[in-house]
Formats: sequence, C-alpha cells, structure tokens
Amino acid sequence: MATQTPTTLLAGSGSGTTTSLPPQRKQSFGAWFREKGWRHLVGVITTLFAVFPLLYVLSAALNSTGTMAGSNVLFSRIDFGNFEQLFSDPNRPFGKWFVNTLVIGVITSAATVFLGALAAYAFSRMRFKGRRVSLLTLLILQMFPQLLAVVAIFLLLNFITDVVPWLGLGSQLGLIMVYLGGALGVNTYLMYGFFNTIPPSLDEAARIDGASHVQVFFTIILPLVTPILAVVGLLAFIGLSSEFVIASVVLTDPDSQTLAVGLYSYVGQQRSENWGVFAAGAVLAALPVMALFLYLQKYIVNGLSAGSVKG
Amino acid sequence: MPTTELTRTSPQKQPRSLRPSDSMAGLLAKIILLGLVDAFAVYVLTVLFLQEKWTVLVLAAGVTLLINWIYLRRGGLPAKYLAPGVFFLLIFQVFVMIFSGYVAFTNYGDGHNSTKEDAISAIQLAAQQRVPDSPAYRVTIVEQDGEFHFLTTDPDGGISIGSAEEPLEEASDAVTDGTGKATELEGYRTLQFNEVLANQADILALTIPFSDDPDDGTLKTSDGSTAYVYSPTLEYDEAADTFTDTETGTVYADSGKGTFVSEDGNELSTGWKIDVGFANFTKAFSDENIRGPLLQVTLWTFTFALVSVLSTFALGLFLANAFNLPNLRGKRIYRVLMILPYAFPAFLAGLVWSGLLNPEFGYVNNTFFGGANIPWLTDPLLAKISVLLVNLWLGFPYMFLVCTGALQSLPEDVNEAAKLDGATPWKLFTSIKLPLLLVSVAPLLIASFAFNFNNFNIIYMLTDGGPRLSDTTVNVGATDILITMVYEVAFGSGVGRDYGLASALSIVIFFIVAAISILSFRQTKALEEIH
Repeated sequence: MATQTPTTLLAGSGSGTTTSLPPQRKQSFGAWFREKGWRHLVGVITTLFAVFPLLYVLSAALNSTGTMAGSNVLFSRIDFGNFEQLFSDPNRPFGKWFVNTLVIGVITSAATVFLGALAAYAFSRMRFKGRRVSLLTLLILQMFPQLLAVVAIFLLLNFITDVVPWLGLGSQLGLIMVYLGGALGVNTYLMYGFFNTIPPSLDEAARIDGASHVQVFFTIILPLVTPILAVVGLLAFIGLSSEFVIASVVLTDPDSQTLAVGLYSYVGQQRSENWGVFAAGAVLAALPVMALFLYLQKYIVNGLSAGSVKG
Repeated sequence: MPTTELTRTSPQKQPRSLRPSDSMAGLLAKIILLGLVDAFAVYVLTVLFLQEKWTVLVLAAGVTLLINWIYLRRGGLPAKYLAPGVFFLLIFQVFVMIFSGYVAFTNYGDGHNSTKEDAISAIQLAAQQRVPDSPAYRVTIVEQDGEFHFLTTDPDGGISIGSAEEPLEEASDAVTDGTGKATELEGYRTLQFNEVLANQADILALTIPFSDDPDDGTLKTSDGSTAYVYSPTLEYDEAADTFTDTETGTVYADSGKGTFVSEDGNELSTGWKIDVGFANFTKAFSDENIRGPLLQVTLWTFTFALVSVLSTFALGLFLANAFNLPNLRGKRIYRVLMILPYAFPAFLAGLVWSGLLNPEFGYVNNTFFGGANIPWLTDPLLAKISVLLVNLWLGFPYMFLVCTGALQSLPEDVNEAAKLDGATPWKLFTSIKLPLLLVSVAPLLIASFAFNFNNFNIIYMLTDGGPRLSDTTVNVGATDILITMVYEVAFGSGVGRDYGLASALSIVIFFIVAAISILSFRQTKALEEIH
C-alpha cells in the first residue's frame, strides 16, 4: 500500500469508471463487467449514498439563504454568510461551545489515558491477589454504559452541588469527573494487551540499575507504549465529542455547553429556519473529528477487531 | 513471576542511605499530591460537618483515610497504581448503578424530591397570603455577600434586618433618615434605586420569615420600599400530622404516599420522597397508560437493534466481498469515501438527516421525489424505516472495514483447495468463507447489538422518538427506544419528572444488557472452541 504513489492513485480513480477500461485489455465487455465492472457500479452507488448527505451539509453551510428550502439545489451559491452569523449570535455562543468541547475532550482523554495506563501497568507487571477477577470485572463493567445511570448521575451531582458547588450541576469539572468514571474498562484492556508485548526483561534491567518502579513506569514503559496511548486518547476524544445525554443533563448554561448540546438546541425547535447556520456549525464541528478519524483509520479498525476477538 | 520478586525485594536489598537521594523528587511529588488531595478532603469534610450530612461525612472520611493508607504504607504497590482509576470507577460507574437501583424503589421526582420536614416548611412558605389588615413596614433593600436583605422599619419605629435564610432580628444601631426610616446598616451595602430595578424579580420573590416557625408569617414586598405581613393559609398541626386550611377548614392528612391529601382526594402539590417498594415496577407493567407504550417501545428496541446489526452487516459484508479483489482500480478511493459516514459525528448525522427527510422542505422529497410530501419522520411506519435507513448509513462503513479485515486474514490455501475441487463462488462463500468469518466477527456483532440497544443519539436527534403515540398520556413515540424513554420520563418537558419510574426502566435495560453480555461471553467461547 505504501508503494502506491499519489499520482498513480489519482490516475486509478480517474479511469475508475465503467467505460474506459475494456478496449485496453482486449476483453469482451460482458466478461469485464462480470469480473470487475459490477464492482465499480456497486462502488459508485455506495459512494453516492455515503457522500451525498455530507455534500448536502457542506452546500447548505455555504449558502447564506439560510432556510432549508433554499438549500435544496446543491452548491447553487457559495458564500460565508452563515459562518459569520454563526459566530455573532450571543445567545448561541458557537465559539465557546467549540472551545468547551475541546477543553473537556482534551482534559478527559488525557486523564483517561493516564488512569488507564497506571492500571494497565499494575495489571501487566505485577502479580497480586484478585488480579484476574479485577480484569474480568472491568471487562463486564464496561458493558454497562454510563448513560443507563443518567438519572442517578444527575441526582448525585445535585447532591454534590450542595457541598462543593464548583463540582456539581452546571460545572464542566463535574462533567469531566463523571466521564472519568468510564476511564478504566475497555481502555485498560486495550492497553494491558499492548503493555504485555513490552518484554519484562527491560524493566528488570532498569530495576537492577537502581530505578524505582515509578521511574520504570515513566521513563521506560510509557515511551515504549506511546502508540497505544495516542490511539486510546484520540478514540476517547472522538467518543466524547459526540456525547450528548450526560452533557445535556449536567451543563445547563449556554456558555458552558458542548457542541453536541449546543447544536441540538439550534435545531431542536425550529429545524428549518436556522438550517444554514446550523449546517455551518455542523461542518466546523465535524471537520476536526473526521480528520482525526481518517488519520487513525487503520489503528481503529485493528484495535477494534483485535480487542474484541481476544476478549 | 520474576517481576513480583523484584518488585517486592529490591528496594529493601539496596543500602538505605542510597534510596532517599534518587527518589527525592518522587517523594516530594508524592507529598504535594497527597497534600492537595487531603486539603480538598478536609474542605469537603468541613462542609459536610456544617451541613450535618453525617452518613456522607463518615463515608468521605473513610475514603480519605483509605487513600492515605494506600499511599503512605510500604508495599501494596498494585493498589497505588489502581487507586485513582478505581476511585472514579466506583463513584461514577458502580455507585450510580446501585443508586439507580435505590431510586427505582422511591417516588423521587417533581414534587417529591426532599424529606418530609422540607416538604412541610415548603408548603407553609408557598401557601402565604397577605394578612388583610397588615401594617405597612418601610423597607430598605441592602446586600451582603451577594445576598439581599430587608432592613425594615415597623410602624412603631422598631428596626430589624433579615433575609430569606435568616429570620428578622433587631438592628437598633442602623442609620435612620429624618422620617425615622432605617437606610443604612454597618456591614451591609444599601442598594441604589436603579439596582433595585435591575434585580426586581429577585427582590419581589423574597420571603423574609419573622422567626424560625413559618406559622409566625413572613414579610414580602411588591415595590421594593414597602412590605406587608403574609401568613400561611395552611396551618400545620404537629401532634396530628395534618395541615388545616385556615379559610375553608379542610384537613389534609398524610396519605402514606409522600403527600398530604384531603378527605375528598385533593392533594397538596408539594410532597416528599418515600420508599414505595415495587410500585414503580408494578406501575410500569400493569398501568394501562404505561404498559402498552412500554411493550411497544421494548419490542421496537429489540427490532431496531437487531435489524440495524443485520442490515449493516449484510451491506458491509457484500461490499467487503465486492472490493476484496487485489487489482481493482480505485479501490482506495472508494474505501475512503465510503467510510466517511462512520467518521461523521453520530449526533450531527441524526440532525442532518432530519433535515434531509423533512417532509416540506427536505432535500429527499424535493429532489428525489419531485416535491412529494412523503411523511418520512411523522408517519409511524415510515419513521421506523427512516431510522433504520439512517442507522444503516451510519453503521455500514464499520462493518465494511471489519469484514474486509476478517476476509483478508482468512487463509488463502482453503480457497485454493475449494476452487480446485470445483466449488462455485457462491458455494465457496457460504460454506467456507462465511463460517470462518463469523468466528472472528460474532463478538463484534453482539457488541454492535448491545451498542444499538442503547443508541440514544440517532433516535433522539433524528425523530426525537416521534411521532407520538396517541393512546397514552406518557410522552412516548413510535420510534422511542428504552433509553430515550428513560430520558423522556426523567428529564422530558412534558409531564413532571419522575426519577423513580425512570430508574425502574433503566434497571430493566440493565438486566437486558446483562443477559446480552452473558450470552456474548458464552458465544465467544463456544465459537473459539469450534475454531
């Protein structure tokens, strides 16, 4: 895959339509179609199905007519009026939502990675009573998503509001705390597998040289497992940026909300009028996540299938 | 095992004099971190003590001691690494689940969210009426630490100060103006007229009690300068545990269901939280108004999850097969374009599709169906189909990627052998590739089912559960799944919030998910054995 240069890739896609190939191969059209042509047909149809909603949002975002009815001819006009409007509405502070999502996402995923790595180190490098049972418990617990307990989370934060107001309802720090409840679980399991691939003889050598367990963890293990840390962190970030239920219950003030909660309020009541501005917001919100995702594609697929097959 | 030996023994084997110097920074970091945790704990414990929340206080103190014990003792290394993650896990994953279980057995919700004592004083405060011949108190609004107080001058010239939290008490050292009206008091800031205007709503809502006993009445103002005496129209009789309406003489008694009820069945709106046993569960399964919708929602949840898994898997597998040809041109371009929906945030996908499928202005009706008014999201059956279609759009790329990976990891020699034996491509697929593929993909299918079972975002963003069911007063729609119903019952805008019933419903989901998990574990083992 790495040997294919961008130019050949482009050439391949340019002629990837159904008509241009057969003459070169001196093959009958029927035979070609049976072998490859139908695959291209399927490919084109599926690609259209996959891509047209995305093109539609992009087109609506760039069309400052603003209403849903006005955005039905794709790319009929292109301007940035919607984006200007998006950043100028004080009741719907899109810029703040963006920053909030970023801050909450980055802090939570960094903490998730750290807590998960600490636990994975213990599980991978130490032998203690209840180790297997704890690993299994983690695996079972992560089957129950936190949103099942959203009512209890709300009531718990309501109680915390009375005691420590800056950690309770309406507080982003409180929300981060709730998210950290899911920090172990599947992440630890993924990391545990990766930690096990680092030969223990490395830490033993370091310990003989007088390094403490903390030094081994920070200076030997962590640098070697950076790939899995990055993947777990970015996956956590992608997941968090779509989280709606808990964020909507905890964050009530528009200034402190995340993109998921904020953008929902944009179209919640009157879907068709704010359409263009919403589309602009959707494009901006989706771009970073999609870029991250495509960049990580290979790891995500490998991680997902490897993790579950092992389990 | 060698790691354990090292972990346990090496620190002791080293000469003691060497240890402090190389771990000085570590020790310092440890002391600072633990110090910060303890400082926060002391702060929380103090607040809990002041608020007299004894149970939580004891628990919090216990946790603080445990954390200190873990980090200050020698050895017990694994606990030191596991504690931070486990701390959050126990509170925000394990505890909240157990707490859901508890709430499911109470009537917690709007009008039932506190203790009986709180409910009694809330009823007394709410049922205030101006005393007909009330004397006029002259009032100056003052402020201390952001809280508004009344500085009052009664008709006889006596001066007192009080707020919503602190009953009136005498303040004879206040500064008065020519008419004898108190205008300033040391330690308080007098509000200017424009400030009073700016905070009008808050000030008009203030209720200043005369004493700790709500029966003594309160002061309220309607203009920010004069206050009148209000007294409760409902009088609480402690001995009989009843409320009596001072005007009509109606007696409201404790109904045993967390409310005060009169003999003719009228309920006071403020109640309190009590344990109701299995009432929420029996309500869910026997109340006509809830049972019907719940049954339909449960059936639809299973259908939705199952069809979603099967449709995405079928399309994903078909595509994986179609593109599993080494020398197909443009394969990578197709691949990248096809997985775009999976990369698109799910909550946005729901919202975007709700626009595409909008009956009047939507792209689908206007462009593909020439302006027809097809009710994609408002007809019960079409809405279900739309939800499944959108979920197919979101989910097929994942299955495509997974199936491609699984297909490529199949041993090539099996294919060759089958081809030599003259197997047709279809035969090759159904009796060789598919069974092998299922071994590695089955756990993912079960995981996908479990995920879709609680796929809140797609339903909530696309249809918001609608169209609403007509045969019930509960705010539940044709495409609602269990988790969106829980959200609707607990936080919905329709009828009052009912945390008890919502928790009971989440417990039901909890058991279903548990059953799926057990199944998944068994299934995985069984398939691995076959393999």
